[in-house]
Parts: sequence; C-alpha cells; structure tokens
Amino acid sequence: MSRNWLTSAATAAATAMAALLIGLGSVQAADGKLVVGFSQIGSESGWRAAETKTAKAEAQKRGIDLKISDAQQKQENQIKAVRSFVAQGVDAIFIAPVVATGWDAVLKEAKEAKIPVVLLDRQIDTKDQSLYMTAVTSDTVHEGRVAGEWLAKQTGGTCAVVELQGTVGSSPAINRKKGFDEVVAKTPGMKIIRTQSGDFTRAKGKEVMESFIKAEDGGKRICAVYAHNDDMAVGAIQAIREAGLKPGKDILVVSIDGVPDIFKAMAEGEANATVELTPNMAGPAYDVLVAFKKDGKAPPKWIKTESALFTPDTAKAEYERRKDAY
Amino acid sequence: MTLPLPGPAPGLLRALPQYGALAAVLLANWLLFPDFFSIRLQDGRLFGSLIDVLNRGAPVALLAIGMTMVIATRGIDLSVGAVMAIAGAVAATMTQAGWGLPAVLAASLGAGLLCGLWNGLLVALLRIQPIIATLILMVAGRGVAQLITEGQIVTFVSPGLAAIGSGSFLTVPMPVVITAALLAVTALLVRATALGLMIEAVGVNRLSSAGAGVNTPVVLVAVYVWCGLCAAVAGLIVTADIRGADVNNAGLWLELDAILAVVIGGTSLLGGRFGLLLSVVGAAIIQAMNTGILLSGFKPEFNLIVKAAVLLAVLLLQSPALTLLLPRPKGARPPLGPPLGPPLGPAKRESGSVKP
Repeated sequence: MSRNWLTSAATAAATAMAALLIGLGSVQAADGKLVVGFSQIGSESGWRAAETKTAKAEAQKRGIDLKISDAQQKQENQIKAVRSFVAQGVDAIFIAPVVATGWDAVLKEAKEAKIPVVLLDRQIDTKDQSLYMTAVTSDTVHEGRVAGEWLAKQTGGTCAVVELQGTVGSSPAINRKKGFDEVVAKTPGMKIIRTQSGDFTRAKGKEVMESFIKAEDGGKRICAVYAHNDDMAVGAIQAIREAGLKPGKDILVVSIDGVPDIFKAMAEGEANATVELTPNMAGPAYDVLVAFKKDGKAPPKWIKTESALFTPDTAKAEYERRKDAY
Repeated sequence: MTLPLPGPAPGLLRALPQYGALAAVLLANWLLFPDFFSIRLQDGRLFGSLIDVLNRGAPVALLAIGMTMVIATRGIDLSVGAVMAIAGAVAATMTQAGWGLPAVLAASLGAGLLCGLWNGLLVALLRIQPIIATLILMVAGRGVAQLITEGQIVTFVSPGLAAIGSGSFLTVPMPVVITAALLAVTALLVRATALGLMIEAVGVNRLSSAGAGVNTPVVLVAVYVWCGLCAAVAGLIVTADIRGADVNNAGLWLELDAILAVVIGGTSLLGGRFGLLLSVVGAAIIQAMNTGILLSGFKPEFNLIVKAAVLLAVLLLQSPALTLLLPRPKGARPPLGPPLGPPLGPAKRESGSVKP
C-alpha cells in the first residue's frame, strides 16, 4: 500500500517537475546549458564505475548538466528513466543498454519528442536505425588487431603465441580473436600454438596457462601469451612466475582492457602491453551532440572509440591516474 | 576406507568403477600428452601435470568432503560456491585493511561456519527442504560477498595468505596438503566415533533414527556447519592462489561439481551410506578430465561436450541396472551406488521397527 502511495506521489512529482521544466524551457535556452539524461546500467564492475565517473567529469569540463539514472541491471528501470527524461524535456538521452532488444517503443517516444538518443558502450537490435542518433562503442575486432600488430612488431614477426580466450561464444571473445587472427594470417612467422578459454577470469587464466606451459616443454616453446582481457593475463603472469620463468621477458604478455592491475604489472616489468577499452564513452558523445545542436550535422551511426595501446614506459603514471577511477 | 558394514570389506572391489574411471582418465591424458606423468622440482615445489590435477582439484575435493556428509543425511548444499566467495572476500578485504594472518583466517573460517550454521538451522529446526534452504544462501551469498568487496576484485599483498594457495609443504602444494589433512580429520570424526553411523541413520530415516535416540537436529546442524567450513577453506585457497578476491567468479558453479564428485564417488543422493575417500576420488576424476582437455589442444568449444561424454561413461559404469547385467565375481557386493530396492545400510533394522 505504502509502495503504491509512493509510486503515485513520485509520478505526481515527476509530472509536476516535467511541467515546470517545460515551462522553464525558455530559461534553459537562455542559459545555454545542455541537459543530458544518462541511463546507466549499474555499477557491476570497476570499468562500469569508471565509465560513470568519466561521464560526470567530461560533462563538467564542457559545462553540460548531466542527470544520471542507475538502472541496477534492469531494463524496465532504464525504460522508466528514459520516459522520465522525455517528460523532463532534456536535450539528449544517453543509454548504456543492459540488453540488446526491446527498445523500439520507448525510443519512438523519444523520437516523437525530438530528443536525440546516443547509445554508449553497447549496440541494440532494431530494424529502425533512425531511433537513435549514434552509438559510441569500442571496435573489439580492432582491439585484437592492435594487440596482434604490437606483438608482430615487437618480435620481428616471429612468435609462437598461446591465446587465452574469453567466455566461449561471447562477442568480445569472438571479435578479439578475429582481429588478432587477421594479423597472424598475414604474418608468416607468427603462429597460435594453443588456444583455450579462460572465461575472462584470473583463476581460469592461471589454470589454463599452467597447462599451456606444461604442454609446451615447460614454456620454452612459448614466445608470448595473448589474453582477451587483463584479468586472465594477471592470472597467466602468476602461472609463468610459478613455473620458474620471467613473465614479460621469457614469455611476453599482451592483453586488452587497461584495468589498473595490468598497469601495476607492467610497471613491475611483468606485462608488456595492453589495449585500452576506454571508459570515456560519454566524451565523444558530448562532442557530436554539441556539434549536432550547433549546426544540425548528424554524426555517423557508429563512433568507434580509440583503442589505444599502452606499454610499460607510461605504466606507473597510468596506474596512479587510474587506480581511483576504477 | 572401510565402511561399518558387516562381513569382509572388499573396499577396493566395490570401488572398482571409481578407481577404474580415474585410471582410465589418467591413461587417456597420458596418451594425449606423453609427459603427463613427468614430475620435477621447481623452486622447491613439485611441478607437473599430475600435480596440477591434485592442486587444481583441491577446492572441489574440499567441497566434496563437506557435501558427502550433507548428502549422506539425504540433504544437499547448493550454497558452497557462494560461501567460498564470502570467505575469500572476508580474507582479502581484511588483509588489505591491514589485519594479521591469524585474525584473517579466523574471520574467514568463522564466516564459513556461520553460513553453515544458517543452513543447518533452516534445515534442522525450521525443516525447510535442503535444496530450497541452501538455495537462499546460494543466491544471497554472492550478493553478500559483493557487498564486502564493493563489487571490485580486491587484491592483497601478503606472503602468508598467498602461501595457502601457492605455497608448499615438503614440496607438496599447500592446497593438496590442506585437503588431505581435512579429509583425514573428517574421516576420523565420522569413522572413529559413532557420528558416521548417526549421519547414515538420519539419511536413511530421520524419524526412526530420532526414535532410536539420535539427536537428529544436532547431527544435521553439525554436517551443514562442517560443509560451510570446508567451503570456507576452499574459498581461502582459491583467493590465496590468485592473490585477490574475485567474488563474481570464485566458486561459481562449483557446488554442481562438488555434487557431481560425490555422485561419481558412489554416494547416493537418497542418503544413507557414504564414501568420503571416493568423493575425493570423484573430484580427482573431474579435475583429471579438465586438465586433460586443457593439455589436449581441443578447441574450447568442445570442452563441455568431452566432459559430458566422459561423465556419462563413468556414471554408466556405476549404474546398478547395468552392473547387474555384467558378470560379477562370486560373493562380491554390488558397487556402492544408488540402491535399487529398499535402502541398504546399518539403519535398516531400526527403520523397519518404527515405520508404520
């Protein structure tokens, strides 16, 4: 009962607020400050928390008023948030969609209200591409390519690689493998001698690396390990060390994501490179939004974030910069 | 391990399916990877694929020890994976906060005991069905662990705690030593006292064992508490091994591996007689298979299919219906497995007298 009362009170309040905001529309325009509503999935990982933090910081930098709604991993909460943003008459809506399907109805409402929608970090499945203005995500195939190219260059194109795959069938695992395989295919001296799934976890990464080392003559035949994420690489580093080899020297370590712990490992000389999956998804979104509001220029449908490569020389500074953001 | 059954104890003969399966899996590994049995010393620690099987199998073996006790009472504990996560989270966060090793170990094991106590009270006093009672903690426990670590992977630097996961004692990896010790203690507790008999009695018929004077609530709470403790030890090992508490993944789905190990070991899910050592052998079979798959170079897409096929073969070997079809040496007992008819075991006599 009290819940019902609360809900109706909240609805009334939201309606009143929406009316007020619409009434104040002219004031907003005079102020010139863009208002962006951001429906975030939740805070299930360090990366997600960093994405939210960066979105706030980047908004502040540009003088944008950012309203964040935490969906706690539920699509229904995200739909509610989007509706409330529409009612408030925000200038743009950002969504980090928790699932790929079921967005058509609510996005139509936003479209009818002429509010541009930007997808962050993940794509959605829809037949009607006009329902959103653009999607800002990383190119996971490219991430694999960047890792492969670094390794090819570093080893002069001759390297026997063992690969720690992500969860079998997950899209980052498929794509990060694909990008790396492209480089292997065009580099005659480079070969993937073993590949197995480490489920994106430290424990499995360590266990799989242990057996790779045993299967390849105590690790003597392995030139490098390529892990689809940093966590598996951290596990692999421990396995290499416990086998009496030097991670980062006897066996090179390259991985993807750019979480703080891999920078720590790089600073200690035990990892060699990581390709960053940037938590700054909102920054590029703000930029295209500002441009769109200024001259009505529609951005491309997919904005790829930069897949920057980081190496040990900057690792210490990067670790200090990141350890609190994640 | 001999069971308190009358007559000669043809333990090895009855356990033939288990030992046979383990030997077969190890042989297959050797065929796939000729260096499988080679062992050397590395930094004062045994190093080799066979050692990996024991070392990586330790967490599931520990869970299986506790799970065997619970299943023998005709119960089940789905929460052990979550309890591992909680124990690991407690250990990592406390270590990071600067607590000493004794306090960390006490708190972490204490958390496991508390979880077990919670399960035991739900089952023994509130009489909730074990599968539902422990499901509560299975779901909520991982959330509790996430609250403790605030959803992060909490890493720590503590040589003492790390030694539990990757240290060694007389060249044997520490997880193997701990598992062997806990197996010995558990076996002593249940076989050197009447506790084992009581556990089996409760599993066969709770009502009649109560009628025969067994304090069933105490026995039930005790097995769930012990199971919680085993899970906490497993959680400590996993956390110490990667020097961090990864609560989203630590112990994930391991409750199923533990139940599987117990079943492969021949203990019936219907309760009653149980085989502790054979459950550990069951865990070794599972891990030998996992390690074999990793060494074989199969594509990861095949992992689960290979695993399922081998398991099916092991369970078929033990199927009472199938073994009856096979010629059996004269006088040998049927293998330890799900009873076909009325449950076998020491409590059989009592159950007849109390049942209406």
